[in-house]
Amino acid sequence: MEEQDKILNDVTQGEYKYGFVTAIETDIIEKGLNEDVIRLISAIKEEPEFMLNFRLEAFRKWQKMKMPNWAYLKIPPIDLQEISYYAAPKKKVQYESLDEVDPELIETFNKLGIPLEEQKQLAGVAVDAVIDSVSVKTTFKETLAEKGVIFCSFSEAVREHPGLVKKYLGMSVPVADNYFAALNSAVFSDGSFCYIPKGVRCPMELSTYFRINSANTGQFERTLIVADDDSYVSYLEGCTAPMRDENQLHAAVVEIIAMDRAEVKYSTVQNWYPGDKNGKGGIYNFVTKRGVCKGVSSKISWTQVETGSAITWKYPSCILMGDNSVGEFNSVAVTNNRQQADTGSKMIHIGKNTKSTIISKGISAGKSDNSYRGLVKIMPNAKNSRNFSQCDSLLLNNTCGAHTFPYIEVGNKSSVVEHEATTSKIGEDQIFYCNQRGIDTETAIGMIVNGYAKEVLNKLPMEFAVEAQKLLQISLEGSVG
Amino acid sequence: MLSIKNLYVSVEGMEILKGINLEVKPGEVHAIMGPNGSGKSTLANVLAGKEEYEITSGEVIYENEDLLDKSPEDRAKEGIFLSFQYPVEIPGVPMVNFLKTAVNEHRKYNGLKELTAGEFLKLMREKMDMVDMHPNLTNRSVNEGFSGGEKKKNEIFQMALLEPKLAILDETDSGLDIDALKTVAHGVNALRSPERSAIVVTHYQRLLDYIVPDFVHILYKGKIVKTAGKELALELEEKGYDWIKSENL
Ligand SMILES: Nc1ncnc2c1ncn2[C@@H]1O[C@H](COP(=O)(O)OP(=O)(O)OP(=O)(O)O)[C@@H](O)[C@H]1O
Ligand SMILES: [Mg+2]
Repeated sequence: MEEQDKILNDVTQGEYKYGFVTAIETDIIEKGLNEDVIRLISAIKEEPEFMLNFRLEAFRKWQKMKMPNWAYLKIPPIDLQEISYYAAPKKKVQYESLDEVDPELIETFNKLGIPLEEQKQLAGVAVDAVIDSVSVKTTFKETLAEKGVIFCSFSEAVREHPGLVKKYLGMSVPVADNYFAALNSAVFSDGSFCYIPKGVRCPMELSTYFRINSANTGQFERTLIVADDDSYVSYLEGCTAPMRDENQLHAAVVEIIAMDRAEVKYSTVQNWYPGDKNGKGGIYNFVTKRGVCKGVSSKISWTQVETGSAITWKYPSCILMGDNSVGEFNSVAVTNNRQQADTGSKMIHIGKNTKSTIISKGISAGKSDNSYRGLVKIMPNAKNSRNFSQCDSLLLNNTCGAHTFPYIEVGNKSSVVEHEATTSKIGEDQIFYCNQRGIDTETAIGMIVNGYAKEVLNKLPMEFAVEAQKLLQISLEGSVG
Repeated sequence: MLSIKNLYVSVEGMEILKGINLEVKPGEVHAIMGPNGSGKSTLANVLAGKEEYEITSGEVIYENEDLLDKSPEDRAKEGIFLSFQYPVEIPGVPMVNFLKTAVNEHRKYNGLKELTAGEFLKLMREKMDMVDMHPNLTNRSVNEGFSGGEKKKNEIFQMALLEPKLAILDETDSGLDIDALKTVAHGVNALRSPERSAIVVTHYQRLLDYIVPDFVHILYKGKIVKTAGKELALELEEKGYDWIKSENL
């Protein structure tokens, strides 16, 4: 404690110097947010000056911003001064065997069909030699390196590839884009960086890797993906296994940049702790995800399956700058009990002949609220552009809410925007019909919900689609009757 | 097989079944007739385990066990099949998935190995031929956009797949053309055996020409007011319900 005070004093009163931080033994810095904390974070991470400046600019702008209140969400007050903004990678509880792990968690793992060895990793059981995650990672890295793909932690990218980071950071999501993005830009601890060189098709789904690493995701995560000309990558974030975290507030930023004819597929399965039945606990998830189709004929697609978090505030978007570029948003968002989600997408058409598709499938149960909010904006110069939006809501009872807030702005006459919306309800009659054929209620809901979400689930990488299907069913357990 | 004793059932505080007694022995076919709103579907639904009904007194024993204690899905897997008067549509759920799940849930419950996709498809085709189902229908979502008659055929098709011990057909003949009626009757008759029984709810004696019942009951205002052999149906066809109504004022 004393030592920590001393360091803080040094930073706040003395001159900031690189390097001295290596001596720091403490894991966590004190609660609170001010410019000195920002400097300290940057110092601890031994960042070059452009990073510090990026953070400081974000912080200064953030100070003048207000928390957004336009979403259809009831957000309890969050005291940002009560948060500690830097924690060294946590030492997770280590168990000797799965027998020591919460049986409920194991049951969920089994329902999801997660292999035993992976269960151990996810639950924090000491792993034996069968899967050595380090060696798996190394194999990945070697394969990727052969192709010139850079895929590493954000910190490592700042150290090893500062030029790339400097060039692209903030290109999709400017520092002061919104309150939470600005906060993230100021304090983010780590995240991932991915660069696909010209003409390279990334040889693997960047997914398995993530499963192994997903346990370490931080509170303020930053992801930057750059796909250079004629490249392709499919990127998967998250994990179907339930994720808990003692930090209630999560504010991640994901930036994607696609150059000429590049394609990026970004898939998310979000299953953060949603809180208990009465809405106690649970993660507040405020995420900024944006891709810029910078090059001609480039393509960015967002596919998300959102089942977790107490509050979700998230609008993965595409800025279609290059002529003939394509943006896609495919989403299944489930809310149960007291969960609230306000999610959707923004498609900004700037280039000519740009195309975008929005498929949003909301599923509400319990006493939850599930909103779709989407903006389709076609700029005057974006001639011959098209958007198709399909927003469906499925209700499981009369106590939940589904809302749709579409905003459409078309700036020229040669473009076409189509919007379709439906609301339906799972009827007791449908459930009874299934029951009468020997199918229990949970399986019945699973079948109906998966049928409803099929169009989106089909866009997920194969092995994940199967898990996501089961996840939908599990998320809705006990939600009917 | 099935024994209903003094069964009283209410919905939303309104008494609908007022002391039903019915004994169905293995191999028997019972027809239930009666004017609209007399409680025929209510009885069928209660046997299948639909929730909204309150059983105020009485008991139902099925294969020596208390039926009313069991969940609808367990009743189904123990051999009770209800052919619905109004089969519901389930958009997004392909027939094939639905049927395969249903068949395999039955098999699991009864300690049999689950069918593989291939085995199931073979079984499905066989039964489809039997009830003359158009192959296209199984590629669609459950009952979605099916015509009235197709929905009814689909019920019988499912019955053929699940081979119930006790089939309850609630006006399966309504809305069928004469050929379809014969096919449906054929489907039911094909299942007839000394172990299997059926309760056939109908308004028309015509169906009973094809599915010949052992007993005909008349349900009126929540009570079985008359029970006789198959000739009772003919009598009803001739005279209508007025004589029943005047006898039970
Ligand atoms: N869920 C319900 N809520 C309110 N009333 C109901 C409900 N179910 C049945 N009833 C009422 O109970 C009575 C019996 O209905 P039921 O459907 O059993 O008649 P039925 O004999 O099958 O008639 P039909 O020949 O027209 O099919 C009717 O008056 C009906 O309105
Ligand atoms: Mg009826």
